[in-house]
Amino acid sequence: MTTITRRKFIDLTKSAIIGGAAVAGASALLSETAASAANDKELANDASQGEWVIPSYCDVCFMACGINVTVKNGRAIKIEGNPEHPISRGKLCPRGTGGLGQLYDPDRLKTPLIRTGTDQFKAVSWQEALKYVADKMQTIIDTHGPESMALLKHGKGANQFVQLWHAIGSKTEGHPSYAQCRGARDIGWDLTFGKGPGAIERVGLDQAEVVAFIGGHLGENMHNVTVQDYTTGLRKGSKHIVVDPRYSTTASKAKHWLPIRPGTDMALLLAWIHVLIYEDLYDREFIENNATGFDALKQHVKQMTPEWAAPYTGLKAADIRRTAQELGKAIPNALLYPGRRFAWYGDDTQRARAMAIINALLGAWGNESGVFLGDKIKVPKFPYPKSHHKAKHAFETKEKYPLGNSTPVQDIIDATIPGKFKGATQNAPIKGWMVYSTNLMRSVPNPDLIAEAVQHLDLMVVIETMPAEITGYADVILPDTTYLERYDVMNAPEWREPFVSLRQPVVKPLYQSKPSWWIAKQLAERLGLGEQFNYGNFKEVIEYQLQQMGSSIKDINEKGGVLKKAYVKPKMKFKTDSGKVELYSKPMEKAGYDPMPRFINHSHPPDNYYRLLYGRTPQHTFSRTSNNAMLLELFPENEIWVNPEIAKVQGVKNGDYVSLKNKNGVKSNRIKVRVTKRIRQDCLYMAHGFGRTDRRLTKSFEVGADDNGLLTDYEIDPIMGSTGSQVNFVTFVK
Amino acid sequence: MPSYGMSIDLTTCVACDACVLACKMENKVPDGYARDWTEEILTEDNKGLNLELFSNRCQHCEDAPCVSVCPTEASYIKDGIVMINKDLCVGCRQCISGCPYGARYLHPGSYVDKCTFCEHRTGTDRKPACVEVCPTSSLVFGDLEDPKSEISDLLQKRKYKVLKKEKNTKPKYYLLLPVYNKASKAS
Repeated sequence: MTTITRRKFIDLTKSAIIGGAAVAGASALLSETAASAANDKELANDASQGEWVIPSYCDVCFMACGINVTVKNGRAIKIEGNPEHPISRGKLCPRGTGGLGQLYDPDRLKTPLIRTGTDQFKAVSWQEALKYVADKMQTIIDTHGPESMALLKHGKGANQFVQLWHAIGSKTEGHPSYAQCRGARDIGWDLTFGKGPGAIERVGLDQAEVVAFIGGHLGENMHNVTVQDYTTGLRKGSKHIVVDPRYSTTASKAKHWLPIRPGTDMALLLAWIHVLIYEDLYDREFIENNATGFDALKQHVKQMTPEWAAPYTGLKAADIRRTAQELGKAIPNALLYPGRRFAWYGDDTQRARAMAIINALLGAWGNESGVFLGDKIKVPKFPYPKSHHKAKHAFETKEKYPLGNSTPVQDIIDATIPGKFKGATQNAPIKGWMVYSTNLMRSVPNPDLIAEAVQHLDLMVVIETMPAEITGYADVILPDTTYLERYDVMNAPEWREPFVSLRQPVVKPLYQSKPSWWIAKQLAERLGLGEQFNYGNFKEVIEYQLQQMGSSIKDINEKGGVLKKAYVKPKMKFKTDSGKVELYSKPMEKAGYDPMPRFINHSHPPDNYYRLLYGRTPQHTFSRTSNNAMLLELFPENEIWVNPEIAKVQGVKNGDYVSLKNKNGVKSNRIKVRVTKRIRQDCLYMAHGFGRTDRRLTKSFEVGADDNGLLTDYEIDPIMGSTGSQVNFVTFVK
Repeated sequence: MPSYGMSIDLTTCVACDACVLACKMENKVPDGYARDWTEEILTEDNKGLNLELFSNRCQHCEDAPCVSVCPTEASYIKDGIVMINKDLCVGCRQCISGCPYGARYLHPGSYVDKCTFCEHRTGTDRKPACVEVCPTSSLVFGDLEDPKSEISDLLQKRKYKVLKKEKNTKPKYYLLLPVYNKASKAS
């Protein structure tokens, strides 16, 4: 490795950036001017003069809420909810309003940067940066094959990088939203119903009479439409059962709060199944008509009574029984909320199975007050030419996880370190990473392993709007536009009010940032694959698709940025092996897994240690927003929640600053103590996304602590590779 | 003559701060200041913990101490909304100490500022920015004199409380008590 020093594990994020645009050279600046003139034409309206309201959809989290942006003389001055939009209904969470803090953050990445030394970058022209990346990619492709290039990504902006990967012939792709987030849930539901509950969860929280939550901290997790429906339900008198070691916002509004011992949810779920079946409180008609494996399930849970579950969970048997009864008696208006971030303990797919099975017993599937069936508007495909290549993957994910449907990011990390990847055939080494819009150091556990993997790369490209921990490991950093400065693919999810919504630039790209589609297209052209991007500007792709639908950009804008159609309830069918709801899973049995979920008694913290739990706060989306001035004003730093008894034992007071240390000796940045009865004594809690270590983040550098750095242990889900991370125990360092 | 008031539903407010930011944008409130804010009050009784989460702001009191202490008559009441004429305000801060709710702040422009219920929107089809943005629809604004208004209807049907009732300022910001019931802790 000739260039090892460029990615040494020092705090690369302390990097000095030498020079600025000035060093990029006059010719480069000239070409930038020409490019920015081309970008002008992209704007939906000539918004550089006068006041306009431009509809689009949000990207501060990933619900993609409809927004209306007021633009005055070329500057965006306000973001409001779009009343025409079915998933914002004119309302926004604070992050949606605060999107301007992201757009106008002076800390944004402003020019392409190329590494010149261990902790030094120089500003370069786009020409130079693109040539550098394309040349290196070409060498990797020629030497090792296209599958040696891995794409790690998140969000709608990644779409044209996926197209680039088609073009080069690589299938080596991964996104943390799978194995680090809701992947296990979706696979568990796929195996049960043949389909998941949706990325915007198709749940009738506004109509259900009784809803149970396992974690799932709505109100702190501010997914707009979900929270709207959740609170509508509350207003209508919906009764909630909240299982959470923390007195979350959701727990505080519930009829029953079950402060479960962390790690034992499965015992509770199995006991609930027991009560529903043995007390005849299940939807007999739904099960008889649609499900298979009921008798086996009944036999399986026979001994799993509330009394059996009580000592594991720390809950009273009577409470377990009573809550199951309340759910069962509310059929057909009962729902177990599917949850979202699911990578907890390593048996996550099985926990999802147990939750899906309960929803089957409640007859919730296909119910307006349960998990409703979504309808959608089909967006016609743009006629991209066929790729010359049959795309290949660097390793056979299916061999390792036959029931999975995506590649866990940690497998790409492992496969980058020679000899480390296990469990499937590796066809080619991974020599290049392109990381689009995902701060892996904050989204994947055990970040030290990522740093190690990066050492083995010949090329590491990061495309981001902001400096982030991951950009410190790049050879080349390319400044992306924010969602307010570009076109992206339209959003048309399955929902009960089917719609298509448009994302369009409301202002010109700031600094030298470029839309992600432009970057992907430019690289394709330099790789001799330009014909695979058969459009001039991504706007043409959108225009084509809308025309196929009998509309146009002008037309959709006149309709408030959304097209809608009447909901047609789809026919209920189950795309499982048997065509039925599978309470007993033969595919799982065949693949060597438990066909029905069983309880594993996970390890619990030793003396003087506490389980580290983490979650959301309404004002932020992970590390994505932790430098956003508007949102920082609302929530300036994360705190560590400590039960008063533990505070006494540990000698810490409200407002003290402490560090945390995990069992592997990893120490966190200092974090403010919040002593509260809202948490059990065996765990601690913090909001995710703080403790930034990149000095270029002037508002968030070393503010609060980073939970992810403490997650050096994780339990891998054998079914699909989810990295269960709630298995780390920490103690106090003063 | 209308008399405007506002209610917040303790059933649904999650204290997400959407109202705070929407207000700041609409009313161009400078960095570091806010006209509204959120509160979290944790108590404990025989049923266990109890959490009140709510958005808070000027209570637009009928007997507003801020108005009576103002030496320049900058603070006044219009249609039940406590307003400030910033041209008359000398920034003496007597109203800031007079307000039991901490609702006023000294604007960097040397005048006192606070929630106006987005008075500039009354008479239009727009509601106050905080009400419009609220993802939980917890805030309701309207004319208390109009028996058919949504807020009058809510105050008829729902139990509510006001903050610091003992101050006798007749606040017109109503906290609707939760409709959910908690199960008894003992089981």
